[in-house]
Amino acid sequence: MAQRSRLHVPHPPARPGEKPDFSYVTLTPAGAVARPDAKAPVREVENLGRDLVRVLDDNGRAVGPWNPHLEPEELQVALRHMLLTRLFDDRMQRMQRQGRISFYMKSTGEEAVSVAQGMALQPGDMLFPSYRNQGLFIVRGRSLVDLMCQCLSNTRDMCRGRQMPIMYHWGAGNIFSISGNLATQFPQAVGWAMAAAIKGEDHIAAAWIGEGASAEADFHHGMTFAAVYRAPVILNIVNNQWAISTFQGFAGGERRTFAEYGPGYGIPGVRVDGNDFLAVYGVTRWAAERARQSGGPTLIEHVTYRAGAHSTSDDPSRYRPKEEWTAWPLGDPVARLKQHLIALGEWSEERHAALEKQLEAQVVASWKEAASFGTLTEGPTLDPTTMFDDVFHEMPPHLARQREELKRLADMQPAKGSGEEQSLDSHPAVAKEG
Amino acid sequence: MANMNMVQALNSAMDIMLERDPRVVVLGEDVGYFGGVFRCTEGLQRKYGEQRVLDTPIAEGGIVAAAIGMGVNGLKPVAEIQFADYIYPAFDQIVSELARLRYRTAGEFSAPVTIRTPCGGGIRGGQTHSQSPEGVFTHVCGIKVVMPSNPYDAKGLLISSIEDEDPVVFFEPKRLYNGPFDGDPHKPAVPWSAHPRGAVPDGYYKVSLSKAEVVRPGKDVTILAYGTMVHVAEAAVRLAKVDAEIIDVRALAPLDTDTLCSSVCKTGRCVIVHEATRYSGFGAELAATVQEECFWRLEAPVTRVTGWDTPYPHAFEWEYFPGPARIADALARVMEDK
Repeated sequence: MAQRSRLHVPHPPARPGEKPDFSYVTLTPAGAVARPDAKAPVREVENLGRDLVRVLDDNGRAVGPWNPHLEPEELQVALRHMLLTRLFDDRMQRMQRQGRISFYMKSTGEEAVSVAQGMALQPGDMLFPSYRNQGLFIVRGRSLVDLMCQCLSNTRDMCRGRQMPIMYHWGAGNIFSISGNLATQFPQAVGWAMAAAIKGEDHIAAAWIGEGASAEADFHHGMTFAAVYRAPVILNIVNNQWAISTFQGFAGGERRTFAEYGPGYGIPGVRVDGNDFLAVYGVTRWAAERARQSGGPTLIEHVTYRAGAHSTSDDPSRYRPKEEWTAWPLGDPVARLKQHLIALGEWSEERHAALEKQLEAQVVASWKEAASFGTLTEGPTLDPTTMFDDVFHEMPPHLARQREELKRLADMQPAKGSGEEQSLDSHPAVAKEG
Repeated sequence: MANMNMVQALNSAMDIMLERDPRVVVLGEDVGYFGGVFRCTEGLQRKYGEQRVLDTPIAEGGIVAAAIGMGVNGLKPVAEIQFADYIYPAFDQIVSELARLRYRTAGEFSAPVTIRTPCGGGIRGGQTHSQSPEGVFTHVCGIKVVMPSNPYDAKGLLISSIEDEDPVVFFEPKRLYNGPFDGDPHKPAVPWSAHPRGAVPDGYYKVSLSKAEVVRPGKDVTILAYGTMVHVAEAAVRLAKVDAEIIDVRALAPLDTDTLCSSVCKTGRCVIVHEATRYSGFGAELAATVQEECFWRLEAPVTRVTGWDTPYPHAFEWEYFPGPARIADALARVMEDK
């Protein structure tokens, strides 16, 4: 009798209580992958989607052709950015737990992606981040106070109280608005890059999504348009293994890598050790060089691990082993860059501890300043009638009437802000993840 | 009979239908092993297996399209879209395909898909976790649109939706999952166990997909509300001290015009309340229907109290939310018209 088909249901290698198992993550030794010419045809670089580009070896030495050969000072700056990102995340998570902000999403374990790429690109290049790319804002110099004020929805909030925490934007810094909906920025980045090509400008675009969000149609729109028009864009999939409770197999990662999507569309796909600052930097430089030379788009898969919960509304102990992060074969990006600098003789445990202390103090001082512009529970507060601004360029009459109505009703409304309020944290999850 | 919150009631409805009907399957993001981000599908995969309770890739268009294909092939899919704010990538599949399949094939093909999705604000979700897009779907011919206001109705309406031969978009006001929220965020949360409609039969029962319900009889004015706003309207009536008749519309499409209009013809006044934005919102359909059917009995203009015509602002949830004070204000104004 012929065998009947059964639905294949992907299973993660380990659930709570089981031993973490990352044998599915195929590794390539540091330095082992050749670096082709940045203008090489797609068909000649298909191995880059299967191999894993790595520069830092287990002893913290930089080896092989993808090493960007940065000066020690640049590496120290990178370490500082990564550490600051981590401390900022930790602080904001604590502030959410204390009820000072409504929600937060950490990027812990993934700091190398944003920091290395932010540093490898030029200030005029346009960035289309996802919600776990706070390192991009830190690299480009947005003050922590500004980021915190956004999370606080306070009187200095860049979004004027309209967005949930972490949904930053920065026009002057060339960083696009973060959307709560997934993958939407991916094809938009391609459009931005197409415009740069139409206008004959040199700048390129870069976009980030999670591996989970690569299932959204917008990912495929972005890939198709980028391939057809050879748009000068770097398209990044941050494969952090988990999309809330579903592991990367549910996004199609079981039988091929995410980077291997690239050649299917006619775009080079590069799989890189996302916890290796130097490898991410080197690969980004290669892709940027290709884009700037009319070579078109590159798809980069960053192999990393979401060390924290999806968000403050999530509890990962319900669906994955608690100690999975410590078993992750590519380690901790901050520890690895620190180890490298120490191996170079350009860093020490003492300097690291001093830097950590200094950055902690910076984060605390920034929080204090940010909170002085208002928190969820304490004033000053924004004027509620500003909610009618910016719906349109010019306010139409029906909105003007509604604004007047709100003013009239203002005295009758219950005062805002109270510990009794139900927040997103009352629910196990809020935003989705890729 | 048991005390259930709305999450448990919805879970019970799916449990019963998975048990009774082998054609029923549940699919959506995080609904399987994890049991859903709001826990509505908790335990269902363990009980019915991975072939019937499926985690899906993050692709709302894919979820609805796959559900259509399953429905065409004889299954009864119950698809979860994690937040109503995320339903738009599935819009083409819902509007152009799901809603019209029966019509364009003269009845040869159809897909009895139920789409469950949490909606509404009040949980500091900002503009991408707070929307109430029911009016976007009531405008589409060929799908039924439902929004329960309590656990008893939620279970009975979901069972009816799953059994229905037509596609249903089933909106779940997430602010009501844990208790009958009356619009005042400063008061301690009230659990469903303290509310009569938190008493839910353990077994199978149905609530009609085409009947509204009078939840408070009254003679001065009719309030048409649904979802969270039913409870907010009750608080507003206490505040305004008017003898209002509150109707839980419950079934938005098709609409129980008889129950709505006989009440308005009786009271002569009508206030319509919804959390969704006002402009072309579902309240406009209600107002037009009332005007057509009750014009000669009306003592005052039909009035709407709704969310403002802006995205849902994170910082101004309670200024945005049409709370009891705003509804009471509208009631007072409607009562002034002689």
